[in-house]
Amino acid sequence: MTPEPGRDTVRWIDERAGASPALKAALRYVFPEHWSFMLGEIALYAFLVLVGTGTFLAFFFESSTAETTYHGSYAPLAGERMSLAYASTLRLSQDVPGGLLLRQTHHWAALVFIAAIVAHLLRVFFTAAFRKPRDITWAVGVTLLMLAVLEGFAGYSMPDDLLSGMGLAIAYGVAMSLPVVGGNAAFLIWGGEYPGTHDFTTRLLTLHVFILPAAIGLLIAVHLAAVIRTHHTQFRGPGHTERNVVGTPTWPAYALRSLGLLSATAAVLFLLGGLVQINPIWQWGPYEPYLATNGAQPDWFLGWLIGGLRLMPPLEIHFWGLTWVPNPFWGGAAFPLVVFGVLYAIPWLDRRLTRDWARHELLDRRLTRDWARHELLDRPRDNPQRTALGMAFFA
Amino acid sequence: MSPWHVIVAAVLLALRGGRRGPEPEEPVDPRERRVPYSSRAQLLVAVLLVLAGLAGLGFSAIYLVHPGHETQWLGLALGGAFALLAAALIVAGKAVVPQEVAVETRSQLVHEQAEQEVPQLVAEGGEGLTRRRLIAGAAGVAGIGVGAALVTPAASLGPNVGERIDAIPWRRGVRVVDERGRAILADDVPPGTFVTGFPEGASLRDLASPIVIVRLPPSTIHLPEGRSQEEWAPEGLLAYSKICTHAGCAIALYRYPSFRATQQRPALVCPCHYSTFDPARGADVIFGPAGRPLPQLPLQIDPATRELRANGGYSASIGPSWLNANRGGA
Repeated sequence: MTPEPGRDTVRWIDERAGASPALKAALRYVFPEHWSFMLGEIALYAFLVLVGTGTFLAFFFESSTAETTYHGSYAPLAGERMSLAYASTLRLSQDVPGGLLLRQTHHWAALVFIAAIVAHLLRVFFTAAFRKPRDITWAVGVTLLMLAVLEGFAGYSMPDDLLSGMGLAIAYGVAMSLPVVGGNAAFLIWGGEYPGTHDFTTRLLTLHVFILPAAIGLLIAVHLAAVIRTHHTQFRGPGHTERNVVGTPTWPAYALRSLGLLSATAAVLFLLGGLVQINPIWQWGPYEPYLATNGAQPDWFLGWLIGGLRLMPPLEIHFWGLTWVPNPFWGGAAFPLVVFGVLYAIPWLDRRLTRDWARHELLDRRLTRDWARHELLDRPRDNPQRTALGMAFFA
Repeated sequence: MSPWHVIVAAVLLALRGGRRGPEPEEPVDPRERRVPYSSRAQLLVAVLLVLAGLAGLGFSAIYLVHPGHETQWLGLALGGAFALLAAALIVAGKAVVPQEVAVETRSQLVHEQAEQEVPQLVAEGGEGLTRRRLIAGAAGVAGIGVGAALVTPAASLGPNVGERIDAIPWRRGVRVVDERGRAILADDVPPGTFVTGFPEGASLRDLASPIVIVRLPPSTIHLPEGRSQEEWAPEGLLAYSKICTHAGCAIALYRYPSFRATQQRPALVCPCHYSTFDPARGADVIFGPAGRPLPQLPLQIDPATRELRANGGYSASIGPSWLNANRGGA
């Protein structure tokens, strides 16, 4: 009898966790093959890079608006009064070895993270992968997108440079604009009138490095668990049915390729972080509420919101001498609420529009109200109506 | 066959075509397993792995030898290491290890038996419960009380909004100074540009502090009713809160015509969302999303020193609008 390598290890685990059937299933777990199924993986790997680089940054960043005088190596700002937050980000960028690489990589990874989520969402939408039994997975994914956008905004608001200050001022304006409760809501968040007390920077830090990443990590786990439970969807093909999954098992080919994708994602992000400058905060200068600059644009994932704020006509609702709905509410709060509301409702809307009743229930729909379960994907051309409505909405 | 039959047949066909086609009748078995046995691919993987290792060591070397300003080299080395590693893994995954197409049967999600049992088990847990409504009401009271107790500490996150916002640092007679605390004289404000001023001794970060001061020809100024030029705009000097009434950015742009005959009249513009205010008319909104004018601060000129001083408080509350933001002279 030849000794089987690894047997002792598996035995060791089995005796403690009884996990060998699960390990076996994991090794033989089948992944359907299509390039567009990689988009979600890219988002996951970008998140790993974010956690790694972010941890490094957290060791140097000081979240404080306490005033200090800059004495670092960036000559144009020498002797300037600025907040500790801004000064520590400058030091991290200019004086800490490798700091700029990791900060720029972190920022690029954030952009790629959200871009990958959006691309993944579009893929899932246009191939109708959101249908039952994956409507919960879809809702978790939409929540992840929302948290990712918040996390990105909180992140670039932290260095207290001119750009982050302007972004926060607008966020304050939007918070104030919530009908009726806005004033107090903004004061609760900022701990007082904008730009807020020291408490606010502490809250921003807690939100960005603890609450939101923990929530995102947790929801990613839920998202993946839901994916594993129902398996991936697959496109139509020879031998592909609603009852099976055809594809590459985890071990060895898929695992190697997926790790390859992880490395490729990291490679692109570190190359971008090293070679392509992003958010050179030393050029923006420190923030003061009385300063603003023309041409300042937020990161791309907030473009749609600032666009909504800009396009809105000067409509406010006043009566009885009170301002019931201040203007930023429309573009800054109502607009994203509607967009995310529609995103959450998509599985439901789609069932209504396509009358996608479970087939055996067709004759008896009023009694059962059951929806069909789908394991095969539609190609975008299979359902022109969904594709057209989707294009209009996302555009 | 009558034409009627043809129409019915066509409609039926169309309905059927619109629905999902049936799955293939004869099941195809897509399973396959292929072992590449390629020694060249293995060699390539080995080379890529060694190069990745060297690039990684290169990163460490650059880091240790030239700490500091080597961001580009560091990025190239680390990114390159990961790129080579990615190449090695992908070549290995595609050309070295067995290539297999496997089929897994999807698990059944619906369990009829358990679905019936679960509600039964839950219902059985309530056996012997005779005073349901009493218990439910009491539990509701407990839920409301404990819930309220848990959210109450959130109130200490911030003060109540009213008093704070209306406490402004401007009073009649307060000197207007620049960000370094030097007094601003009436003659420091030429036509065609704006000057940012603050109340002497107040925090620059207070939203109620910063004002923009512009000079316009007095004949072009038409302030809202109740604001006389002598008390609000001496010598054509006008001051407005610098904080946009839309979303709280600083009004940092001043559009001033270089040729009055064809160009639009002077305007204060917020660079965030391009709300545009007419300083000659009490900063009325002439473009953009802002819902109310910028609050105006009345000015006076010290007859002896020519220093600018406030001649009172703002005409309305400053900053982004909220429920009680009074609109002032609109």
